[in-house]
Amino acid sequence: MKKLVIPVFMLCVSLNAQNPSAKEIIEKVDKNMSADSRVFTSKMIIHNPRNTRTVESKSWNIGEKKAYTEYLSPAREQGTKMLKLEDQLWIFSPETDRIIQISGHMLRQSVMGSDLSYEDMMEDPHLLNHYTGKIDGEEKIDDRTCWIITLTANTADMAYQMQKVWIDKDRYIPLKKELYAKSGVLLKRMELSDIKQIQGRWYPEKMLFKDVLKEGEGTEFNIEEINFNVAIPDYIFSKASLKK
Amino acid sequence: MIRFLLKGILRDKQRSLLPVIIVIIGVMLTVFMFCWLKGVLNDSVELNANFNAGHVKIMTAAYSRNVDQMPNDLALIGVDTLMVKLNNEFPEMKWGQRIHFGGLIDAPDSRGETRTQGPAMGFGIDLLSGDRSETERFNLDKSIRRGRLPVHSGEILLSEEFSRKLKVNPGDTVTLIGSTMNGSMAMYNYNVCGTIVFGTGPMDQGSVIADIKDVRNALDMNNAAGEIVGYLPGNYYDEEKINQIVTRFNKLFPSSKDDYAPVMLTLRQQNSLGNMIDQIKAVGAFAVFIFVLSMSLVLWNAGLLGGLRRYTEFGARLAIGEDYSHIYKTMIYESVLIGIIGSLIGTTIGIILSLYMQNHGLDLGSMMKNATILMPAVFHARITTAAFFIGFIPGLISTVVGTALSGIGIYKRKTAQLFKELEA
Repeated sequence: MKKLVIPVFMLCVSLNAQNPSAKEIIEKVDKNMSADSRVFTSKMIIHNPRNTRTVESKSWNIGEKKAYTEYLSPAREQGTKMLKLEDQLWIFSPETDRIIQISGHMLRQSVMGSDLSYEDMMEDPHLLNHYTGKIDGEEKIDDRTCWIITLTANTADMAYQMQKVWIDKDRYIPLKKELYAKSGVLLKRMELSDIKQIQGRWYPEKMLFKDVLKEGEGTEFNIEEINFNVAIPDYIFSKASLKK
Repeated sequence: MIRFLLKGILRDKQRSLLPVIIVIIGVMLTVFMFCWLKGVLNDSVELNANFNAGHVKIMTAAYSRNVDQMPNDLALIGVDTLMVKLNNEFPEMKWGQRIHFGGLIDAPDSRGETRTQGPAMGFGIDLLSGDRSETERFNLDKSIRRGRLPVHSGEILLSEEFSRKLKVNPGDTVTLIGSTMNGSMAMYNYNVCGTIVFGTGPMDQGSVIADIKDVRNALDMNNAAGEIVGYLPGNYYDEEKINQIVTRFNKLFPSSKDDYAPVMLTLRQQNSLGNMIDQIKAVGAFAVFIFVLSMSLVLWNAGLLGGLRRYTEFGARLAIGEDYSHIYKTMIYESVLIGIIGSLIGTTIGIILSLYMQNHGLDLGSMMKNATILMPAVFHARITTAAFFIGFIPGLISTVVGTALSGIGIYKRKTAQLFKELEA
């Protein structure tokens, strides 16, 4: 009998290690995808039905509450800056020398005609803070085994009340997402690729967003350079910095 | 005999005055009513044609399906080439490029921060090229309430009501916040150069007008336009000619599956305007018919009464030997003369009244403040050729028919009883 207890215990431990709970998976995903702060430059390639445009920008984030983005190109957008503090957003247009505030549902509007909303682009939410997960099964994406996890929002103010996420079992990184409205209508699809080890974490350098309510081939969001947990001076997140 | 009867009518006021007055009033009301209904229909069609639909409008197929949403991402591109082609192929038409857009007008405070904001419906039209066609179609010269029309790039007109709501005056700077053709957020500064009153509810609530080049810059629509509107010479909508233009256009641009290929819609094919025109025409025709019919009955009755009133006179004339048919004939001739005199005078007064209403109109703006469809606030009468004849239907025909019916009674009089009647 004693001889049996140890192998059974070992088996349980090993099974548990192979089948972590949804919460544990999401926690590990958050460790990869989110950071206390991050600074990155990105290239957004917007495939509209009539043309394809590329918009370059540099962004600074601190946690979930503070974000600042400056557009680098094309010429028409160059110098446009956006500051997001909590749920308020200010946009500075150099051509008009005006700062315009937008808030509420406007934050869910498209950025630069892309498939990303202001919230998609500027927020870095920790999934665990906002969603409760449930493992729904497993599926292979490009030979990688993934958990399929359904995330349900804990509060009613989340843009996506439900998410279905395919998480790579080895690297704890989402490879595919489906984002749903409260009504259950599918709003957006995301495909994450070019997963690389960056500063000790797995991170996707390419994200393809597709707003299913919009025509076009979607928007590629490519990370050109990213630094996690860097010190960002506080003045960046002030309205004064928009006009600098 | 005619001269004799005419002298009788003019000299014997007791016999002619009342019938003539009744005919004049009836004919005048008929003519005025007819011109008024024609004017209301014409004002509605002209307003829609000038501000919105054109006599024809060219858009991309995709834009035409969502035209109410002003989808400038689906706008025509390469319009310079298209305009050259249109001017070459349809030289008889007058073409104008337009950008219809929605957005917010943001008025800043002294620190440049948002003081007040309001949703706007904008028109980008040609104001600065020197061609005044669009200025005239929008009736801008007469619509200016404060300030002046744009003469420089970067100037904008606001509807008077909107400017008061935003507390913005000529000379102030406002920012247009909208969406570029590519879907980016557009911000563009304009100087308010004047305010306008269109005289139509929806347009007066939140409209702005700027030169199309400025709007192109603001919305990143280089060499693009949402709509190209076309007008026949004299700005008169002739359905037959328009259908010919459409046939020629469709040969030039055969229909394809390309969502961005240009398509041409006539005024009737837009915004259910065809139904509206048909309905207004039908209701107008019915109203005129009912009015003419009721006036005919009144005047017929007047003719009958006139005949009956003179029963004794006819008896006396028969008694002294006048022939039945002669009396009947003179009655008819008299009523023809009364009808002609009354109709001429009634038509003249009706035309004068209509002319006044054609020039000045009746302002019903206060009743249409909350109207959501494009209807004129000032309704004018419209004098057409038919207006000079329509009054003769009740004025002449009904009077004569009424007299003719009452006159039949003459033949029933018995000569033997006439003296007894006269004695009594």
